[in-house]
Amino acid sequence: MEKTVWSMCGMCSVRCPIKVEVEDGKVRWIEGNPHILKGSLCAKGSAGVALHKDPERPQQPLIRSGGRGAGKWEPVSWYTALDYVAEKIEKIKEKYGAKSIVMSCRGGPWQDLIKAFCYAIGSPNFTNHDSACGRNVHHASKSVYGLGRKGFIYDIANAEHLICFGRNLLASLRVAEANQVMDMLDNGGSLTYVDVRQTLTGIKATRFFQVRPGTDYALALGMINEVIKQEAYDKDFVEKYTVGFDQMAEFVEPYTADWAAKECGIKVKKLKDFVNEIGGQRPRVIFHPGWMLSRYNDSFYASRCLHILNVLMGNIETEGGQLFPKTPADCGVKGLRTFSSNVPKPEEKRADGVGWKYKHFDKGPGLFHLYYEAMATGEPYPIKGLICYRHDPFTCFPDVAAQKEALDNCELLVSIDTHYSEFGWYSDVILPESMYLERETPIATQKGLKPRFIYRDRAVDPRFNTKPSWEILKMLADRLGFGDLFPFHTAEDMWNWQLEPTGYTIEDFQEKGFVSLTDTPIMYDREDLEGRFKTASGKIEFINETLEGLGIPSFKPYESPKKPPKGRFRLVFGRSPVHAHSHTINNPMLHELFPENTLWINKRIATRLGINDGDWVDVIGDSQMGTIRAHVTEFIHPEAVYTVHGFGRQVPLQSRAYHAGMSDQKLQEGLLLHMDEAGGGLCLCEKFVTVRRSSRNPRRRVEL
Amino acid sequence: MNKYMLYLNAKRCIGCHGCEIHCKANKDLPVGPILCEISHEPLKSVKGVPKTEFLFRSCYHCEDPYCVPICPTGAMKKREDGIVYIDQELCIGCMACAGACPWTIPQINPATGKAVKCDYCMDRVDQGLKPACVTKCTTRALKFVALQEI
Repeated sequence: MEKTVWSMCGMCSVRCPIKVEVEDGKVRWIEGNPHILKGSLCAKGSAGVALHKDPERPQQPLIRSGGRGAGKWEPVSWYTALDYVAEKIEKIKEKYGAKSIVMSCRGGPWQDLIKAFCYAIGSPNFTNHDSACGRNVHHASKSVYGLGRKGFIYDIANAEHLICFGRNLLASLRVAEANQVMDMLDNGGSLTYVDVRQTLTGIKATRFFQVRPGTDYALALGMINEVIKQEAYDKDFVEKYTVGFDQMAEFVEPYTADWAAKECGIKVKKLKDFVNEIGGQRPRVIFHPGWMLSRYNDSFYASRCLHILNVLMGNIETEGGQLFPKTPADCGVKGLRTFSSNVPKPEEKRADGVGWKYKHFDKGPGLFHLYYEAMATGEPYPIKGLICYRHDPFTCFPDVAAQKEALDNCELLVSIDTHYSEFGWYSDVILPESMYLERETPIATQKGLKPRFIYRDRAVDPRFNTKPSWEILKMLADRLGFGDLFPFHTAEDMWNWQLEPTGYTIEDFQEKGFVSLTDTPIMYDREDLEGRFKTASGKIEFINETLEGLGIPSFKPYESPKKPPKGRFRLVFGRSPVHAHSHTINNPMLHELFPENTLWINKRIATRLGINDGDWVDVIGDSQMGTIRAHVTEFIHPEAVYTVHGFGRQVPLQSRAYHAGMSDQKLQEGLLLHMDEAGGGLCLCEKFVTVRRSSRNPRRRVEL
Repeated sequence: MNKYMLYLNAKRCIGCHGCEIHCKANKDLPVGPILCEISHEPLKSVKGVPKTEFLFRSCYHCEDPYCVPICPTGAMKKREDGIVYIDQELCIGCMACAGACPWTIPQINPATGKAVKCDYCMDRVDQGLKPACVTKCTTRALKFVALQEI
């Protein structure tokens, strides 16, 4: 029997809409939803078939029977596992209070379910991975617009110039966005790329600035200075919608293009030509404000400047610029019922300090890494339980040894995941979620010029004894006495419960896999954007009074990044289009393409160290070491070495990924609490490592 | 004469290797054979930007293929529309075809012990669809072109 199922890809966090062809209960074909992506899909998307076939994933609930991390598990039934977890949660609640439990997830369109569950337990400590990802960009955006980093979408296809500061968007692939970039280039648009090394995005660039690592902020300041000097900005827009321009102009005065060029190691003429060019192209100029900017001590300020450069281009709510994502309300449709809507938010203060100790951070998901401090010190109160849904803190956050030390104060660690995460391997209970082709997920809202509701249906039944997260949480909620907050027993019940206020039913999704809420794109009147910016002043704030009031400057004086001592390098990391961090390393198909990472090192330096391309090199942090092969290239800055994140996994049941390649986060020793105080993001590129030619390179063969 | 060809618009190709996996997934291939391949020359600086272009290679479906006559069982065939394919029923996995091919295109499928190669997804083509690599190409850089005599 053949059927077509509408779903959403689960290979990475982009969640591209897909169409799945199923034949006799087997996945025969996956392609991008033709109505949205015209069939396009990346390598990871097609490799979903291999994930489904792969038995190297948790196949039933597991309760730890040996020490943490020893890898001894007792396979149990769902009833036993959920009873066990519920009992532990009740015990922790009784002894330390419900607030002692932290729930974390990956963020994204379905986090509301996890948040609702966390609040229903009675804990305010809902969090996600973002302090090791986009928090700096998010908080920078809030400080400029009063809107989060998803407060704008980028109309790249219609832009004349896209500027990416290390935003390697043709490798950190979003299929729709990659097509927008290629469309822009096909139409003669310019792409300026800034990075410490050349990348898949950079090779498509029309201009490339290879900068010294850690100098993004300097370059952005120099750009603002030069834009003001050349009067290349939109004066009317700035006049109408912004505050603090004069103060900003005064601040950037010393940071001239000449200064920035010298600091970053680029040619000043190239920088001035660039500003001249964008001055003629605005408002069709987009500065990508960054995505994963948990990197340097001043990444928050670098991102803030990129947001500001967009404002100076006047690119808001105009074709080829930044657009407000429209909501169901803009289409005259009521929004989906949210899971958290009937769960009151606990009033206790958060244990990560967000909202009271750190008043300038977004209280939504807070900052995960700060819970480690609470676990270690018991302040402001003890944290005794951690439930991670589809989130692997050991791969996401730095210094795994320090994390384990803090977690040892916890009485319950639960991993709900489709695969064995490193955290899962260390935890007490693994509740296996069905992989995305085997499960339904709640309906999600996708905002945009044409907002839509979209869903993921079950393509095939689970191969193993696994369940979708909504069912796992529902069953756990029943045991904890708040099952009535989630009043549904089947996926269809859940969808229709979500859809009730909207007037749609799940049948409306059958044709295309989604419901479009408007036929024509919606744009606001650019001349009347009053009330759209959610800052204290209601304007776009070059100088943010809230931050200033807390003693945090809107711009901080630039400090030149430290030069690594001789023989040491700044460790930077990134993505390949073939892998989604650690999630796909063990996928049989993707592993075949990209089985282990390499260390990019500058050719001149490598020659000095006697390292040839392909040699094994030891990469040494403080106490940790990884050994991988060198990729010797002239196209990386001599102060930096680079590797693809996600490798060096240590779960023996993942036979392909086990010890393949090197883990950057394990080398980032001492960085677990190294946070950008203004932006809340971790500073993951503030680590110097030693590199040497490994003794593993055989001099000659001494056996038969 | 050959009716079809695969064409890569290198300007749009981003080197994501999606085509290789789209192909493998469609043909249900185990670890081992990879029927199409994206490669690139080392980077070279062009006007200050280190550049390279991606190349796509699969079977060339030669006008006069060496692999067809050498096949001892007649499994390797050329259709009228030019598609060179392997009849899996007849193939004995001797790999004479790979030896005869100047580019060693046919590969062994360890799951079946038989040879396998690009056949432009002829089952899809016969249904009016495009090959897997083209249908799902991330940036729509790959095209399946029908050649016309002028």
